[in-house]
Amino acid sequence: MDLWYSEAHTKSVKFAIKVNKQLFSAESDFQRIDIFESEEFGRFLTLDGFMMLTEKDEFIYHEMIVHVPMAVHPDVKKVLVIGAGDGGAIRELTRYKTIESIDFVEIDEMVVKVCKKYLPQTACAFDDKRVHSYFQDGLKFIRKHEDEYDLIIVDSTDPFGPGEGLFTKEFYGNCYKALKNDGIMVNQHESPFYEEDAIAMKRAHKRIVESFAISRVYQAHIPTYPSGHWLFGFASKKYHPVRDLNADKWNALGLKTRYYNTNLHRGSFCLPNYVQEMLHDVE
Amino acid sequence: MNKLSQERAPILEALEEFKRMRLVPFDVPGHKRGRGNKELTEFLGERCLTVDVNSMKQLDNLCHPVGAIKEAEELAAEAFGAKAAFFIVNGTTAAVQAMILTACKKGDKIILPRNVHRSVINAMILCGAVPVYINPQMNEELGIALGMKLSDVQRAIEENPDAKAVLVNNPTYYGICSNLKAITELAHANNMLALVDEAHGTHFYFGENMPISAMAAGADMSSVSMHKSGGSLTQSSFLLCGKNVNSQYVRQIINLTQTTSGSYLLLSSLDISRRNLALHGKDIFRYVVEMVEYARHEINQIGDYYAYSRELINGDSVFDFDVTKLSVNTFDTGLAGIEVYDLLRDEYDIQIEFGDLGNILAYVSVGDNYKNIERLIGALSEIRRLYKKDKTGMLRHEYIPPKVKLGPQDGFYGIKEQVDLDASDGRICSEFVMCYPPGIPILAPGEEITDEIIEYIKYAKEKGCFLTGPEDMAVNKINVLKGGC
Repeated sequence: MDLWYSEAHTKSVKFAIKVNKQLFSAESDFQRIDIFESEEFGRFLTLDGFMMLTEKDEFIYHEMIVHVPMAVHPDVKKVLVIGAGDGGAIRELTRYKTIESIDFVEIDEMVVKVCKKYLPQTACAFDDKRVHSYFQDGLKFIRKHEDEYDLIIVDSTDPFGPGEGLFTKEFYGNCYKALKNDGIMVNQHESPFYEEDAIAMKRAHKRIVESFAISRVYQAHIPTYPSGHWLFGFASKKYHPVRDLNADKWNALGLKTRYYNTNLHRGSFCLPNYVQEMLHDVE
Repeated sequence: MNKLSQERAPILEALEEFKRMRLVPFDVPGHKRGRGNKELTEFLGERCLTVDVNSMKQLDNLCHPVGAIKEAEELAAEAFGAKAAFFIVNGTTAAVQAMILTACKKGDKIILPRNVHRSVINAMILCGAVPVYINPQMNEELGIALGMKLSDVQRAIEENPDAKAVLVNNPTYYGICSNLKAITELAHANNMLALVDEAHGTHFYFGENMPISAMAAGADMSSVSMHKSGGSLTQSSFLLCGKNVNSQYVRQIINLTQTTSGSYLLLSSLDISRRNLALHGKDIFRYVVEMVEYARHEINQIGDYYAYSRELINGDSVFDFDVTKLSVNTFDTGLAGIEVYDLLRDEYDIQIEFGDLGNILAYVSVGDNYKNIERLIGALSEIRRLYKKDKTGMLRHEYIPPKVKLGPQDGFYGIKEQVDLDASDGRICSEFVMCYPPGIPILAPGEEITDEIIEYIKYAKEKGCFLTGPEDMAVNKINVLKGGC
């Protein structure tokens, strides 16, 4: 049998993974959820047919979305994670003993249930006592919080599905309001490479720049995302992502990581010229 | 003939049958099923162009329906509880015109509230009917015009026993309903027709616990903007008739001004939408009300915004309230409604229906979802956080009672001259001035211009309202009658 999962990265570019079997498929109230098993990438989760994570490369994404802000902010106690039903970001966060509370907001409870069952590699820390789960719209949740969080992580899907509201100015503005006066927001920032992704990327950046004093973008290489070149947003009221990096302090924690290190942290904010230009255009 | 069921859609069925016949077209339209206009076909889609066709035997004729359109009109009449229904493809404006032109000839009086849509006054310019305006009650806090008090209607009828009709908004743009049933009974008791502008009330016929509809209230004619809450294509509407009017005469009136090339895209959209509402209307509007009630509750939690509802009901000038309307007063944010409207669009990519001086209206329909409702609420909350300002100097009133000096026709066709807006105090206006939307005139032809009105127009311009009507599109000058009246 020759069974392949494929995803159109553009109208004329296709990415495919040979699949051993499909482990799960269902339509939730919000989206279609599928879990596949493959030889090369292990198990992987797709939402509405779009790749969310694979067991093989999820560490890159989750380390980069969590450790970058954690190495900058001197004292993160209260964190809000929006999206991220796979649990990967939560897993990385719970490795920090100093974090006191993690509010986790995901619109689709079924994603969490499915990941707990089929992707224990990422969905392993939901039972941590510090994690409080809320299954509702992120925009609605954030609206009612003010001056409360040290760190907000926006681990959303693409802006064309249920995650659309998490790419809007009203959402970023509400995040600003919900952060303390030295708070940091990190978000999944799409890709600069293919045109449609780049438009979404620029739009998101424009909206964040309008809301935050400091707004920088950093990159990582994620093989299973369109073009493999992926960006994250770092927005903050006070701390600069590179100048305020406390490498010694973070290294002293002794956290073992496979992708992230404090040298790469600095380097990840050095962007290719064409990406700098795109960002500059909307700043 | 056997009665058709509401599950049928005769125009849709006729179009499908027509497609199967694969006729060779040597008739208009000249694009010939889109083949002659590739760009347009690519943009609108081939399925759309193949049914953009002309009247013919199997598709019936809108001006003289005897087949599919007749059946579809009968089904529509049944669905709305009317004696007759007409498919209107020239906008609800055409339906409103047909009502006025049916009821009034030159010089005939018609009793109506002044906060009517411009199409009502336009119809009076056409036919020479003379308005007897009832000043609507005002809500001072919100600055909006309400419905008509029954006692005001009674007095107008007593003072003008020769009037031919009473016209009622059901509801207003903001969702306010007058006591339609009592007004209708009063009109009938005095041998007058009851005409209803239900441009914003299609759902009254299909939803549960809605304000009473014109046909249920026993009214004689109603103009229903099916394309608003009913889901059909823009410019398509229904004109409904009760048992007291001669519907064949009404058709003659419609044919005075309606196109002889009725669009089958619009006609089929009316047919399909009527079927959808007849079969699923209860569920659709239950969902809409649920979303709007949620949004109203959340917006009222933000602070400074007031999303009003049934608490306005006072038994008379607010006899009922349409809870599907998400009307929000913005006065306490220090921002004019139009400013919030502009911010929503320019900063948050959200387009709402209208903003006027102190209110906004977000139109919520079956096409909405909670995700977008959250965006609207989130954006309103952000606008308050970032843009709230001192409210001194804000104008509150959306409505200024007019001083009517001449009927609209005499006012419009009189000998006129153009003067500076600033120099127009005391002159008789010979054109319309209105913010669009909502399209309710600040000035209509034949009305006296006052300092208060000049101030209002300048304020509305300064706040960014889209002013329409005058020949001078910048509204710095205004046409007035030479030498007063």
